[in-house]
Amino acid sequence: MAATAGRLKAGNRMPSPSRLADLLRDGRFVVTAELSSSNSADPEATWRRAEVLRGSVDAINCTDNTGAHVHMSSLAASHLLVEKGFEPIMQLTVRDRNRLALQADLLGAAALGVRNLVLMSGDDVTAGDHPEARRIYDIDSMQLLEVAATMRDRSTYLSGRKLEQAPTFFIGAVENPFAPPLEFRPLRLQKKVRAGADFIQTQLVFDVPLFARFMTMVADLGLIGKVFIIPSIGIPRSARGANFMREKVPGLHVPDEIVTRLEKTPPARQSEEGIKIAVELVNAVRAIPGVSGVHLIGIKWEEGVVRVAEAAGLLPRPTLSPLVTAGGRG
Amino acid sequence: MVERLVLAIEKPLKEAIWDCRMCGQCILHSTGLSCPMRCPKNLRNGPCGGVRANGNCEVYADQRCVWVEAWEGSQRLPLWRDHIEHLQKPVDWQLQGSSSWINLVNGRDSGAPKGWKPDAES
Repeated sequence: MAATAGRLKAGNRMPSPSRLADLLRDGRFVVTAELSSSNSADPEATWRRAEVLRGSVDAINCTDNTGAHVHMSSLAASHLLVEKGFEPIMQLTVRDRNRLALQADLLGAAALGVRNLVLMSGDDVTAGDHPEARRIYDIDSMQLLEVAATMRDRSTYLSGRKLEQAPTFFIGAVENPFAPPLEFRPLRLQKKVRAGADFIQTQLVFDVPLFARFMTMVADLGLIGKVFIIPSIGIPRSARGANFMREKVPGLHVPDEIVTRLEKTPPARQSEEGIKIAVELVNAVRAIPGVSGVHLIGIKWEEGVVRVAEAAGLLPRPTLSPLVTAGGRG
Repeated sequence: MVERLVLAIEKPLKEAIWDCRMCGQCILHSTGLSCPMRCPKNLRNGPCGGVRANGNCEVYADQRCVWVEAWEGSQRLPLWRDHIEHLQKPVDWQLQGSSSWINLVNGRDSGAPKGWKPDAES
């Protein structure tokens, strides 16, 4: 435990790894968003979507074969964002890579200017378009957090072999406050903080009272101030979309009220209603102590993210510390 | 030879009681006596985010999540109740199929990769 406290303190003394880290440590309410993953060999497809978000969010998540469907790798997408001056958050799952590949990609990402990570187990292959694939799960998400922190803080691989230059990472993890066992979730979050998580992006929040209860338990564990918690807010575009999320996405808890509310809205106005729902959710989670920002997810709908950020009064975004993320190779 | 004899007892016994997968580095006492290797994602540090609202597995919809059982089991244990909070080191896949009883006695399961932080609780 003493060593953990040491690491947390050391983390604060360290040169800032990213602009996202700067904003959070400065107490700003941050806005991150998820970029729809690309199925194009043309980088323009990624840039076009990212451009929609420019100026409206502080950092952009690049997902790793989201929903266990193949897409352009999060490492490549993150690098494309760095090239255009965006700040990526690279997601990495333990589903598709063993410990060698994971560490190789982490180091490669650092060299390509990626500073923010979100490390997770990942949806199972059976949820995706290659259900017959072999799942890897050589190490688990908790262990990957420890491995990334070890590379950063001790400048070694998991094997103990020395790195020539340690990466500077701002390490993120995920938590689902809505999946059983509910009482264990805050303890698992604590475990992730001990393993090296600097920030947490949660599963989509639709059930605000349940999320508030989770945050109370997290606060009781003394974790507020040790980790930044960023709830995800989904922007339903239609009743059908909301229904799909409720039925098909693992671990997602979409209350009936949300789906019914959209179903009662004429199809032409459902996307407007979806924006309204998302704005209400942003305002609700913002009022909960310990919430450090929001992560906006508009599935294949970057314009929706901008509309929600605007309507929730989150614009303009602060322009604090134009950190050299792109050229940050020193 | 000794290992074969021990395995002849250990394997059927642990398979019958815990549906053991013979990882050779048993942590059952830290997981409420629910074998974490039954988890399709082999998670040794807690449940994934895909657990269904009814407490069943994301992958096997008709089976309870190994970690829901682990949490409930850990709360019933007279000892080691907080061991579920310990950070478990990465699996040594070289030990798959070997006797965890022998590995416990001769210390083969106490090793960890050199870069795994020495102050890790486990």
